[in-house]
Amino acid sequence: MELTNEHIKTRLTEKFGDQVSDFVEPYGMLTFEAPKGLNLKVLQFLYDDPELRFRFLTDLQAVHYPENKERELAVVYHLHNLTDNVRIRFKIFTAIESPDVYTATQLYACANWMERETYDFFGVNFIGHPDLKRILNVEEMDYFPMRKEFPLEDQTRIDKDDDMFGR
Amino acid sequence: MARPVRFNITPKERDHQSHIGVADAPEGFTGEGFFTTKLSEVVGLARKNSLWPLPFATSCCGIEFMATMGAHYDFGRFGAERMGFTPRQCDMLMVMGTIAKKMGPVLRQVYIQMSEPRWVIAVGACASSGGIFDSYSVLQGIDQIIPVDVYVPGCPPRPEAILDGVMALQDLVERESIRRRNTEKYQQLMLSYGIQ
Amino acid sequence: MTEDLLQHSREHNIKLPEGSIEKQTTTLNLGPTHPATHGVFQNILEVDGERIISAEATVGYIHRAFEKIAERRPLYQITPLTDRLNYCSSPINNMGWHMTCEKLLGVTTPKRVDYLRVIIMELARITDHVICNSVIGVDTGALSVFLYVMQYRELVYEIYEEICGSRLTTNIGRIGGFERNFNATAWNKLEKFLKEFPGALKEFENLLQRNRIFIDRTVGAGPITGERALNYGFTGPNLRATGVDYDVRVQTPYSSYQDFDFAIPVGTTGDVYDRWLVRNQEMWESLKIIKQAYQKIQEFKGEEAEVFHANVPEYYLPPKQEVYTKMEALIWHFKIVMGETEIPAGEVYHSVEGGNGELGFYLISDGGRSPYRLHFRRPCFIYYQAYPELIKNAMLADAVIVMSSLNLIAGEMDA
Repeated sequence: MELTNEHIKTRLTEKFGDQVSDFVEPYGMLTFEAPKGLNLKVLQFLYDDPELRFRFLTDLQAVHYPENKERELAVVYHLHNLTDNVRIRFKIFTAIESPDVYTATQLYACANWMERETYDFFGVNFIGHPDLKRILNVEEMDYFPMRKEFPLEDQTRIDKDDDMFGR
Repeated sequence: MARPVRFNITPKERDHQSHIGVADAPEGFTGEGFFTTKLSEVVGLARKNSLWPLPFATSCCGIEFMATMGAHYDFGRFGAERMGFTPRQCDMLMVMGTIAKKMGPVLRQVYIQMSEPRWVIAVGACASSGGIFDSYSVLQGIDQIIPVDVYVPGCPPRPEAILDGVMALQDLVERESIRRRNTEKYQQLMLSYGIQ
Repeated sequence: MTEDLLQHSREHNIKLPEGSIEKQTTTLNLGPTHPATHGVFQNILEVDGERIISAEATVGYIHRAFEKIAERRPLYQITPLTDRLNYCSSPINNMGWHMTCEKLLGVTTPKRVDYLRVIIMELARITDHVICNSVIGVDTGALSVFLYVMQYRELVYEIYEEICGSRLTTNIGRIGGFERNFNATAWNKLEKFLKEFPGALKEFENLLQRNRIFIDRTVGAGPITGERALNYGFTGPNLRATGVDYDVRVQTPYSSYQDFDFAIPVGTTGDVYDRWLVRNQEMWESLKIIKQAYQKIQEFKGEEAEVFHANVPEYYLPPKQEVYTKMEALIWHFKIVMGETEIPAGEVYHSVEGGNGELGFYLISDGGRSPYRLHFRRPCFIYYQAYPELIKNAMLADAVIVMSSLNLIAGEMDA
């Protein structure tokens, strides 16, 4: 049976019931949401199932929505089924006070650095990660720069003239 | 509407009686079997025509430097054929590319390990002033941490611009007093950067 | 003997790292300043004599915060940022970004624009592979091949200059097409390239491909199996060298790649020699594609031969003469620059086959002028994680050529 978005949605709702929700298809890519405790189970199901076979993790990163209370940080997984050429997107939301998410490194070795990058930029704490420390920024940095409340420029500069730069 | 293209359209005949330029001898007093001139002039001439660069290439400007090293824009004719990748053996530090704050201490270490006389060229907009990356992680110009002699603007600068920067440095090197490194003013400059 | 060393260090006030005499291995620091070719990343190796026991990679020495900068810029100003990702083949990054924007905005480009884009992207792919292969040569000691082929990069730079004005970080194209039609000089230069480069590439091959020393150095260095590579997220020539034929141009064709006839070279063991061979063959395939595209472009006649952008006045800046004379063009110009055009809200993921693999752009737009979140799926960052595994139990010299055969570009790794 051909692997259409409808079919994937049916399989997922069969297995997980209404815990997987919010099925949309922006620009043709099926996107759904699951509670953060289930993320490993969903990934494992998509990996093991002989029909679904989503065995390639294309991308793992986070988005910060400061307005959604209790759901500020979204961790987004992009998965790819190479044999049937189907991609899906899978999101989990977590509150910013306790941003703990289970790590996917047991299943996909490439999640290692992608999760470190997400931790570095957003502060998402991956439980079970072998080596969760900052990767792209300096080690001594104490804030998470990609969150919306932090500015782009370096605030400690004294040589820039704000009048001329129109900030 | 389009301006007529003028350059590089038809192949040029190769110039077989190649006109090689030779460096002129400095001014001096010459006689039967001897030639006297100022020591600083001879030293300047020798130094300027044999600058050994340390290519500290971090990003895109490094690729333009590779193009400058290639056969088309030959860098070797300025005496810089030997790229030493160790600071102990070079006298010209060419910083090419963005220097992030994580890389700053590394650059400083490399500069401190160079022995006098040493010169620094900041190639490209990122090394001169941070370039288009006005962000929290990029050092806004390497002159925040080491003293710079020549700035070459561009993003990335054309190989001709890099060569122009090297020629400007050659002018500086030729005219530099041989006592400059021991003067009070130079020591003050080094102290202001925190380098002994 | 250990006690003597400890005593000696205490007397002379030498500070030794913890446990460094008891353990039998040496800690060697490779980087971040390498000889000019590679870029800035660091490897801390534990070496026993010449054999590498373990390695730890540190990156971030050129982190320029692209994703944060992109949240401030309107869509057309992000193109120069994408240039600086894989700066050896910046047109591919630019085109990929423009295609992502076109997917979001619902713009379809005419066929001629697609074919022009294919020519530019394949030229960029050739330049990227040329650097990677010649750098593998340089790292094994063969320095002259590098100088031979850098000359041909100059020819490609001249073609870029005719079209967009810049050599390396091109900022080529616009959302919807190109900024100007390719003029006759650009076509002349392309013909010159197509005539001269195959000879140079053949010479390059002859020097290295069956060279005894090169084969002895590179065969068996840093192999990886297909399953392991897929688990590590490998894409591009590194994955194809292990035998998996995944190429984004064929799986999800973009920019009319389905109209072209080309093969995907695959290797078997995934070692350095296979990667070299795959990249080499890909250069021949790219030359084939460029010739086909050039022929197809010459078949457009009359009106169609002047088309170089899609007809989308909402996103494509009108020509300057019209802005100064016509009211409508002035209004569109104002709207585009000030950000008053309709940008739909939504999220889109689009990927292209870059020089190193699948370069993906994940764009979340909230309807405003700049993206709400833009993430680059950078292939170099993802497959560099496999490096400690690739060089386990290899010699130190092999570590160097494995690193250069992976074609690690620091700008793409750290973004």
